[in-house]
Amino acid sequence: MKNSVEIKNLDLQFGAVKVLQNLNLEIGKGEFLVLLGSSGCGKSTLLNCIAGLLDVSGGQIHINDRNVTWAEPSERGIGMVFQSYALYPQMTVEGNLSFGLKNAKLPKSEIETRIKHASEVLQIEPLLKRKPAALSGGQRQRVAIGRALVRDVDVFLFDEPLSNLDAKLRADLRVEIKRLHHKLQNTMIYVTHDQIEAMTLADRIAIMRGGQIMQLGSPDEIYGRPVNKYVADFIGSPSMNFLDGQVKNGAFQVGDLTIPLDGYDFADSSGSAEGPATIGIRPEHVVTGELVENTPFQIEVEINLIEPTGSDTLVDCEVAGHHFRVRMDGQSKVSVGEKLRLGLAPSKASLFDAKTELRL
Amino acid sequence: MIDTPSTPLTGPQGPKPRKSFSRRNIFLYGTLLTIALFYALPLYVMFVTSLKGMPEIRLGNVFSPPLEVTFEPWVKAWSEACTGLTCNGLSTGFWNSVQITIPSVILSIIIASVNGYALSNWKFKGADAFFTILIFGAFIPYQVMLYPIVIMLREIGLYGSLGGLVLVHTVFGMPILTLLFRNYFTSLPEELFKAARVDGAGFWRIYTQVMVPMSLPIFTVAVILQVTGIWNDFLFGVVYTSPDNYPMTVSLNNIVNSTQGVKEYNVNMAATILTGLVPLSIYFVSGRLFVRGIAAGAVKG
Repeated sequence: MKNSVEIKNLDLQFGAVKVLQNLNLEIGKGEFLVLLGSSGCGKSTLLNCIAGLLDVSGGQIHINDRNVTWAEPSERGIGMVFQSYALYPQMTVEGNLSFGLKNAKLPKSEIETRIKHASEVLQIEPLLKRKPAALSGGQRQRVAIGRALVRDVDVFLFDEPLSNLDAKLRADLRVEIKRLHHKLQNTMIYVTHDQIEAMTLADRIAIMRGGQIMQLGSPDEIYGRPVNKYVADFIGSPSMNFLDGQVKNGAFQVGDLTIPLDGYDFADSSGSAEGPATIGIRPEHVVTGELVENTPFQIEVEINLIEPTGSDTLVDCEVAGHHFRVRMDGQSKVSVGEKLRLGLAPSKASLFDAKTELRL
Repeated sequence: MIDTPSTPLTGPQGPKPRKSFSRRNIFLYGTLLTIALFYALPLYVMFVTSLKGMPEIRLGNVFSPPLEVTFEPWVKAWSEACTGLTCNGLSTGFWNSVQITIPSVILSIIIASVNGYALSNWKFKGADAFFTILIFGAFIPYQVMLYPIVIMLREIGLYGSLGGLVLVHTVFGMPILTLLFRNYFTSLPEELFKAARVDGAGFWRIYTQVMVPMSLPIFTVAVILQVTGIWNDFLFGVVYTSPDNYPMTVSLNNIVNSTQGVKEYNVNMAATILTGLVPLSIYFVSGRLFVRGIAAGAVKG
């Protein structure tokens, strides 16, 4: 696969503050890449660098095999969608869509065809004569996407496009963006702090922290084999349970519990590890009920708290002095103070070195 | 469905009743009324006096309405009142002021808005230093610069002309107007500017097509500030122009302070009202926008 966007040794600093450090990233043609991280991790900054809205301090940016490090945003072959929609309030929807095309001095007929096409794809034809103020949040964001669409570019940049919408609309538009990507098959780089958005949309996710990419991989990889404790903790809701202990003789010891590690896929080629470590277990990977009998490790706990969410019920308990959460089916009938048998499968757990926090 | 309660509610319900003659209200409205009167009374006296003939004024009833309404003082103030040797009234000064104010206002607002736009959106090297120096300029007393500017204007050959005064007003409007526009443009969402750049618009296109259409309130504020400021200016008018080009404020002063003959209070009052009419009407027309713009521009520093 040819690369659509390549970022080479990118540095960015504001004064003495280094926001991005020696960042390398290759994004394939037609790939949907999500930059995910908590606020201040540099993900929006990276996107702005790709767009050309921020001057980089070092390194290169290539788009479609062209070095665009010094190019103007409009010359880079990108379209961008912003969190606040950023529609020009004094222009109609049509004016908003055509603004960029008029700046590029495209012929009138061409502008019309493109607007027609974009408004069909996004179903905003009835809105063309309206001003942005007369549109709902979802419609505005559609127009904003349309503004990127009419530019007929290969790379779409999304800067938290759904963060200003309410939960239901967000879910709807998320599906729509995914559908759009299937239809257009162009490269999309999408910044978000919402892991659900990241997991559902992405071909690959780049988890960022402190201006560096912690892990770059498919949603499956990121979820199943997080490279370090930060990624493990960041992905998944409710978040992963962590127990601090020791790896000894192919088992994990925490307090007076011994969790056998048979079937655990060690990152080290020797297939084992020793020493202080943290084990991470996702709440949804803990089994309860009849299935417990089939698991290599079983434990009985007392329920401290119950959070029913409808589809699931989250149960709070304590394992070896650590706070521990379990996700159960929403239909389970459990109550506080009851005893509950839990079963763990080590193949689905993650082990991290206590010091480096890297995956073992 | 949730059943509505069938038993009637007892105890306090609905909006809390308020007494219209509470002590709080009396105090509040009393204070407001007093202050309003305090400010409105002089205007009333001026207006009433300007409609009276001289004999009636000599009676000394300052507050009483005119027994015999006459518009003669207004006519005289406008076209016949004497300043020194010439007796053209305020009309010459009025047209001079118009010729000074309109270009000064337009010029200073155009330059300052572009300044503010560049300072807030196109951060160039040394922008902050430039801005600091500009703002510092607002704190230097005008009097200090009077004479140096006289020399400068003389050197470029504009001393005594309307053009020179326009230049002076434009320059002196810069600090405060630039601050005003910079703060306003800073308060506009940055993403709009970014979007326009992605759309391939350059410096001027973003300014004219995106920024200016969104900035009606702040332009209104700037127009009001400049029109009133320049119209009411006396010092620069008297220093930098020659008698033929005196603005209205200077003519007014010359009429009111002329020492020959009888003091015609009614003519003076009429002349003063005429002079103040331009800023006054501007406030009335755009007061609401003014408040909105001031609030919008002032919040972010």
